[in-house]
Amino acid sequence: MRYGEKNCAITGVGISEVSRGSAKSSLELTVDAALDAIADAGLKRSDIDGIATWPGGDGNASGFSPVWIGQLQDALRLTLNWYSNGGESPGQYGAVFNAIGAINAGLARHVLIYRSMYEASARKLAFANSLVKEGERQRGGFAWYAPYHVHAAALQQSLYFNAYAHKSGIRPEQQAMIAINQRRNAGLNPHAIYRDPITLDDYMASPRIAGPLRIYDCDVPIDGSAAIIVSAIDAARDCRNPPIRIEAVGSSMRYRNSWTQLAEVDTQAQPKVAEMMWSRTDLKPKDVDIAELYDGFSFHTLNWLENFGFCERYGAKDFIEGGTRIALEGELPVNTGGGALSGGRLHAYGAVWEGCTQLWGRAGERQVKGDPRVCATSTAGGPLAGAMLLVRE
Amino acid sequence: MSGSLPRPLPALDRDNAAYWTGGEKGELLICRCGDCGYYVHPPVRFCPECESRDVAPQPVSGRGSVYTFTINYKQWVPRLPERYVLALVALAEQEDVLLPCNVVNCDPDEVTFGMPVKVLFEQCEDLWVPLFEPAGR
Repeated sequence: MRYGEKNCAITGVGISEVSRGSAKSSLELTVDAALDAIADAGLKRSDIDGIATWPGGDGNASGFSPVWIGQLQDALRLTLNWYSNGGESPGQYGAVFNAIGAINAGLARHVLIYRSMYEASARKLAFANSLVKEGERQRGGFAWYAPYHVHAAALQQSLYFNAYAHKSGIRPEQQAMIAINQRRNAGLNPHAIYRDPITLDDYMASPRIAGPLRIYDCDVPIDGSAAIIVSAIDAARDCRNPPIRIEAVGSSMRYRNSWTQLAEVDTQAQPKVAEMMWSRTDLKPKDVDIAELYDGFSFHTLNWLENFGFCERYGAKDFIEGGTRIALEGELPVNTGGGALSGGRLHAYGAVWEGCTQLWGRAGERQVKGDPRVCATSTAGGPLAGAMLLVRE
Repeated sequence: MSGSLPRPLPALDRDNAAYWTGGEKGELLICRCGDCGYYVHPPVRFCPECESRDVAPQPVSGRGSVYTFTINYKQWVPRLPERYVLALVALAEQEDVLLPCNVVNCDPDEVTFGMPVKVLFEQCEDLWVPLFEPAGR
C-alpha cells in the first residue's frame, strides 16, 4: 500500500519575530508567521482551505497555547473545508498527522499549521505554568502528581531523565555537549534568542534545576509563532519551492498512555514511534543528512539519537563526545539553528522551520554543506512522541 | 516537608476518592480485581487482565520501592522548599503500579533507585495525601 503521508508535502514555512517579550499580541505574531508561510509557498490566503494546530487554544494565562484556530481563521478571513486542533495526539506533530488524514480524505489541499507561544510575556506577570491551576482542585491524568509540588515540566520529566542518566551512566560534562553545540549553531542564526557561545565551564557553573537538568538543558520561554503549509503532493508541485515530501511518520502509542504509569522511563515512548516511522520507508538512519530533534530538554535530544538508531542504546554519550559528529560540519548535524535551548521554545515547529530552511538551502552562515535532502525530526515528552522523515524533491 | 506552602490537591471522583482518603484510617487503598487479583491503577471498575467488573479498593501493605526519582533544586513559586524528592514508587504487591509521591524523612541525597520505602499520610483539607519514607525508619 502507499502510505498517506507520501501524498503530502511541506510547501512553505514561516516564522514571526521570536523574543523574550514582544510588543505584539500573540495573535499578531501568529498572523505574521502564517502570512510568511503562505507567501513562502507562493500561495494566497484564498488558497488555504484547512488549519491544524497542537494543542489548540488553552484559554489560560500561561502563554502555552494562546491562539485559537477560530481567532486566526477570522483574522485572516480564511474560508476552510476542514480544521482541527487536538492536544491528545502523539505530540506536537499530531497536527501534521491530522492534516495528512484530511488531505488524503480530500478534505483540504493546503493546510496551514501553526504553533504559537506567549510564555515570555506571561512570566513577566507571574510564574505561569500549565501543570498546576492555582486556587482550584486539579483534574485529569496529571492530577495524580498534584499534591507533590510538581510546578514545572522540568521537574516531572526529570523523573525520566534521571532514570536514563542512571542506566546510561552519562556524565554532566558529556550531556553538556548538546547545549554547547546548539549555542554554537544559534550564533549563526539571526532568529535565535541566545547567540553568545558557552563553554563547558559555563555549563558546569550554571544553576541546577531538577535531577540532572541544568538551566542550559531547558528550552527558553519566548513570544513567537511558527507556521508551515502542508499541501497535497500534486498541488505542492505547483508551488514556489521544491516540495519537501513527508516520507514517513511515526504516530503510534503502544505503551501505557500515562504520565505516571509509563513504565519505560528511560526511553519514554520513543522507540516504537521510531520503529513505526522506519517501517514506512526504505530509507535508513545512515541516509539522514540533518536531524532536528526535540529539545524541550537536552535529554530528549539524547534519547532521540538512540531511538532513531543514529547510535546504539545508551551510546549517545559517546556519539556526542567532543561535539564533532553533531556539529554543522559533522556526520549528523543536530538542531542546526540552535534548537529550542538557544533559539527559543517554538515547541517542535521551530525544528520543522529550521529543517525546511536547511533542505531548501537558505540557512545562510549555518547552512549545512553537501546539499542536505533528508531530515529526521521528532517531538517528545513522556507518553508523547511523534516523528517525521522529510525529503526534499 | 513544606510546612508553609499548601499542596495543590486533586478533585475527587467516584474512582479516585478511596486512594486520597484511605489515609484517614491509615490505609493505602488500591483497586483490585475480585476475580483474578490484579491491582488496577489508576482506579477504574474494570480489570484489563480478565475483563471482570468486580473491582474495588483494597488495603495494601504500604510497602514499595523507588522506581525512579528526581531532586528539585529550583524554587518555582514562593515558599517552595528548594530541595525535595519527587518519585514514582512501585507497589510491593504489583510492580507495575507506579505511585507519584514525595519521599520524605530523609536527606534527598540518600534516595536511591530501588530503595525500599513505606507509606505515610499527610492530611490536607479533606484528603490524606500518601507520601513515602525509607522503610528502615
